[in-house]
Amino acid sequence: MRRLSLAFDRGPLLATLMLLPAAALLGGLLAFPLALGVLLGFKDATIGDPGSFIGLQNYRYLLTDPVFRITALNTALYTLVTVLFKLGLGLALALILNQRFAGYRFWRSVLLLPYVVPTVLSAFAWWWILDPQFSFISWALVKLGVLDRNVNFLGNSCLARASLMVANIWRGIPFFTVGYLAGLQAIPKELHEAAAIDGAGDWQIFWQITWILLLPLTTILTIFSAIFTFTDFQLIWTITRGGPANATHLFVTLAYQRASPGGAMGEGAAIAGFTLPFLALLAWAALGALRTQA
Amino acid sequence: MRRAFSLWLPLLAFALFLLFPFYWMVLTSIKPNSELVSVTANPFWVSHPTLDHIKFLLSRTSYPRWFWNTMAVAAGATALSVPVSFSAAFALARVRFRGAEGVSIGIYVAYLIPPAILFIALADVMLKLGWFDRLWALIPIYSTFLVPFCTWLLVGYLKSIPRELEEAAMVDGASRLRILFAVILPLSVPGLISAFIFCFTLSWNEYLYALVFMSSPENKTVPVGLATELVRGDIYQWGPLMAGALLGSLPVIVIYFFFVEHYVAGMSGALKG
Repeated sequence: MRRLSLAFDRGPLLATLMLLPAAALLGGLLAFPLALGVLLGFKDATIGDPGSFIGLQNYRYLLTDPVFRITALNTALYTLVTVLFKLGLGLALALILNQRFAGYRFWRSVLLLPYVVPTVLSAFAWWWILDPQFSFISWALVKLGVLDRNVNFLGNSCLARASLMVANIWRGIPFFTVGYLAGLQAIPKELHEAAAIDGAGDWQIFWQITWILLLPLTTILTIFSAIFTFTDFQLIWTITRGGPANATHLFVTLAYQRASPGGAMGEGAAIAGFTLPFLALLAWAALGALRTQA
Repeated sequence: MRRAFSLWLPLLAFALFLLFPFYWMVLTSIKPNSELVSVTANPFWVSHPTLDHIKFLLSRTSYPRWFWNTMAVAAGATALSVPVSFSAAFALARVRFRGAEGVSIGIYVAYLIPPAILFIALADVMLKLGWFDRLWALIPIYSTFLVPFCTWLLVGYLKSIPRELEEAAMVDGASRLRILFAVILPLSVPGLISAFIFCFTLSWNEYLYALVFMSSPENKTVPVGLATELVRGDIYQWGPLMAGALLGSLPVIVIYFFFVEHYVAGMSGALKG
């Protein structure tokens, strides 16, 4: 026992042993499949047929595929719009909650719920809210005399896109709020007080002190949110399955549709492969931001 | 008066937007079908609340089975991932060795790789291992996204524990293993609680792997069971579906409310380098 204990005192051996379980799990079930997936993107594999190498054919085909092109545009639009709204609204909510008031803890806990509840389960609620026949939004609009018939939220490509964005924003606001609340609490109160004494207004204090000091955090939150948004499978697949007429696909839902029900494994892997450069770029940018912050 | 505009009105607006879907979930799960499809009834209220949907869900579908499946997988994946992550995090945060930097970056990259780009090739691996449609296989599979997240979280946490404590113990002649169990572990409890909560809630939240890798109805998890067995053709069973979504969210919500502070600390802690 004593000898074993001594062996552990040697840094490299100890580190190797302690990293081994994680390395085995992640190597076998994450890194290996990832490499396999990249290779698969260069094959014409289908379900039950391992396929052979066809070079860049999958990629070339996808670039000419109108559905893939719409998906690429849609992924960019979806990510851009929702991240902007999540940032703005998440920061606004953080500023509201950052004022000390009775019931602060209660409100904070409750308002984070959209982020806590399993995505697919809350997506069911959104799906039902957007139902073409029984949506309460339609009911209210008709009742108020704004419209004379129900809105088919998920039947029209623009409305379906907007609806999904609202659901995604709903779920993602608390992510920014929690991040910003921590950031706001780290700003020394004296800074605000000094500025107020110098005669700065609330608005000025916000833009010239708070916002500036939050910028590094904003970069990190934005990049992370962008990564999780453009790979958002659950919400889209639950509410629209990429429809109507493939108008609301993201890369990941299209990859799933082509590979899993469709059976075109190679093509699906190539669609996933298209996301890798973006993912790498964002991960690298976030790493830089994390380092400057630390 | 000023507070009404800077605090209460905007807070109310946010509450309305962020909490309405939950109200809708609860309302629908206790609303009889006759009121659900009625065009004249006020949709925002229920006049004759009923437990029929919940009864239907519990007695006529495999929901109880899915619920326990999800619970078992979440518990198993948590039990596997937390010790593995803690061990890796300790090595990265506390042991000096060459290559620590590279391994840290590897963990970080692993955290950012979404299941949606892995599942196609992973399906191949699962098939070769004979893990398809085996419920327990989800435990190691889920650890592939739990371990990177928790390791990262715990590294941040361990780095905040002052080194002097360890050095003092070392001067007293304690071995590294003893320091790990007698000094570091007790001090890491809050970080470990965060890791536990995230493992559990992230496992309940998982969808894609369970959707692709589990096929028999008795092996499904709550989200997959609801999506594949209750949503059929054009007849959506809204009542049971909402009841199922509500019941399926409860374990996560209960854990969350018990450990809100740890959850929030973990969420913001994961944003540090």
